[in-house]
Amino acid sequence: MMRDTIILRVVVKLLLPVILLFALYVQFHGDYGPGGGFQAGVAAAAAIILYGMVFGVMAARKVVPQRVVHTLIPLGVLIFAGTGVAGLLLGANYLDYSPFGSHAEAGQHLGILIVEIGVFVTVSSTMLAIFYAFGGRAEDALAGDPLAGDGDGE
Amino acid sequence: MIALHLPALQVVLPLIAAPLCALFRRGLLAWAITLTASWLAFAAAIMLLLQVIDQGVVSYELGGWMAPIGIEYRVDLINAFVLLIISGVGAVIIPYAQKSIAARFGDAEQAWFYTMYLLALTGLLGVTITGDAFNIFVFLEISSLASYVMIAMGRDRRCLTAAYQYLIMGTVGATFIVIGIGLLWAMTGTLNLYDLAQRIPEIENTRPVLAALAFLTVGISLKLALFPLHLWLPNAYAYAPSVTSAFLSGTATKVAIYLFLRFFYTVFGGGAFFESTPLPEILLILSLVAMFAASTVAVFQSNVKRMLAYSSVAQIGFITLGISYATETGLTGAMTHMFNHAIMKAGLFLLIGGVLFRLGSVKIEDMAGIGRKMPITMAGFVVLGLSLMGTPGTVGFISKWYLGLAAVEQGQWWLVALIVIASLVTMIYIGRVVEVAYFREPTAKVAQLKEAPAALLVPAFVLVGAAIYFGLDTSLSVGLAQNAALLLLNAVY
Repeated sequence: MMRDTIILRVVVKLLLPVILLFALYVQFHGDYGPGGGFQAGVAAAAAIILYGMVFGVMAARKVVPQRVVHTLIPLGVLIFAGTGVAGLLLGANYLDYSPFGSHAEAGQHLGILIVEIGVFVTVSSTMLAIFYAFGGRAEDALAGDPLAGDGDGE
Repeated sequence: MIALHLPALQVVLPLIAAPLCALFRRGLLAWAITLTASWLAFAAAIMLLLQVIDQGVVSYELGGWMAPIGIEYRVDLINAFVLLIISGVGAVIIPYAQKSIAARFGDAEQAWFYTMYLLALTGLLGVTITGDAFNIFVFLEISSLASYVMIAMGRDRRCLTAAYQYLIMGTVGATFIVIGIGLLWAMTGTLNLYDLAQRIPEIENTRPVLAALAFLTVGISLKLALFPLHLWLPNAYAYAPSVTSAFLSGTATKVAIYLFLRFFYTVFGGGAFFESTPLPEILLILSLVAMFAASTVAVFQSNVKRMLAYSSVAQIGFITLGISYATETGLTGAMTHMFNHAIMKAGLFLLIGGVLFRLGSVKIEDMAGIGRKMPITMAGFVVLGLSLMGTPGTVGFISKWYLGLAAVEQGQWWLVALIVIASLVTMIYIGRVVEVAYFREPTAKVAQLKEAPAALLVPAFVLVGAAIYFGLDTSLSVGLAQNAALLLLNAVY
């Protein structure tokens, strides 16, 4: 890893908040312009992956532990699918968000916002899971713990 | 309210259960969730079928968007029947899975396995229920990706190459399907199957539409393992965990056959169109080659699971043979055999899974004398084996009867002879197992075996019972298949 490259370390630390902020911008601007949960999720995961590439996967795993990642992947899908079920319980068809708001447009707007959050959660955590699984192999081997890659701490 | 939203619930129940399993990552809890979801999905399929019989086509607009623009779930007798097969097999296997899976995996892996199982179920149900061509592709990918993982979790390390092989072939197939759908969309501007069926007849003979048909044919044939595109299947079924083999053999290829029927008959204009293409002849030849070549290869297998996998390729040949006639009786035979083969092959894989559970091997020479030590398991194997050959009183006879009848109707007696000969080859490979299991002295390892646990026997025997019941009372299987065949031939949707 590149722990000794001081310029890289400082620049990455400066960039991280910007990348994360940009991810949030893409996330919430997705309703009006290009963007949305998928792109935002990738951007947010890229921030953590960049951190992991410079400071080591172990350091990244301290920021976002593997266990959390493995919980977030299904959670995002549940948020998406659950939003659909909520519409169903409110008397509309599955994935119809109209009853969420005072009128149909407001409901649709809120619904798509929640769904996109679900997409963000799953996409970003899946990106991280893939990075941990592959990028973590060298460090896991060094640590002499070949199972650390897929352990949940359980 | 439930009756109104059944089409959505059919897919959403397993879809929501899948991330729940992954969220908790506790083996037993994940199993309980899977059990609940798969049985509820089965109940939904039964209720949907009753609803379709009662009031005709059921249409559901996802998100409340109107049909040709939004995604529509459209259930008629044809896919209600297939939904029943898939969810039925999916529900029966799960009680079996707990013991079989828990014996080999840790808590977290078990939960991941059930997640994949539910996602595969979601995908297969989704492909069947949806009335939107692109939605078919998406669900097909969901089910395929989940099945690759399920195959890769096998006990034998060769399952990894098998899963990889399936991944490559399956992806090629899916790509062909999406190219076909893309061409159809370019020509008609719609993805809704019902809408496509309305618009295609005018432009049926334009080159892009025919190219789309060619892409769809090859893509779907890869997924349904039509000879000679079956090469991924034997290894995938042989080295996957028993639960996976039973589930996939009962559902995945059946869904691909459904897609084949749906595109050729419903979307492109029924039996008349199908007969105007060169496909009946091509399909007839490929089916016959599959019936004989795959059965012959099955005779020479030393691994019983691999033998059953080759037998699946041969049985798929029987189904496509029925499709190639493009007559009411032929399609009835094909649809009935989809139902019957799902029961038989899932049952056989479950029983052999019981042998694997106790013996740790399914090599035919290791199974010497096992009939004395595991009498119930092997009795079930014999009954299902007899059914696979087509013995009267079992489901296998019913489907072969209709396939033979369809050949006679067309005056092709030689086909009847070939069907009988192919069934005799089935007798040889089933007979080999029976001979080794019953007429050889038990080896030292077999001598200390116990009967498979009840948790493994009961689900398998539900299928054995079904194989006999539906061999005697055909009002459900053949009755539905017959009505579905009429709808297909006349392209009623």
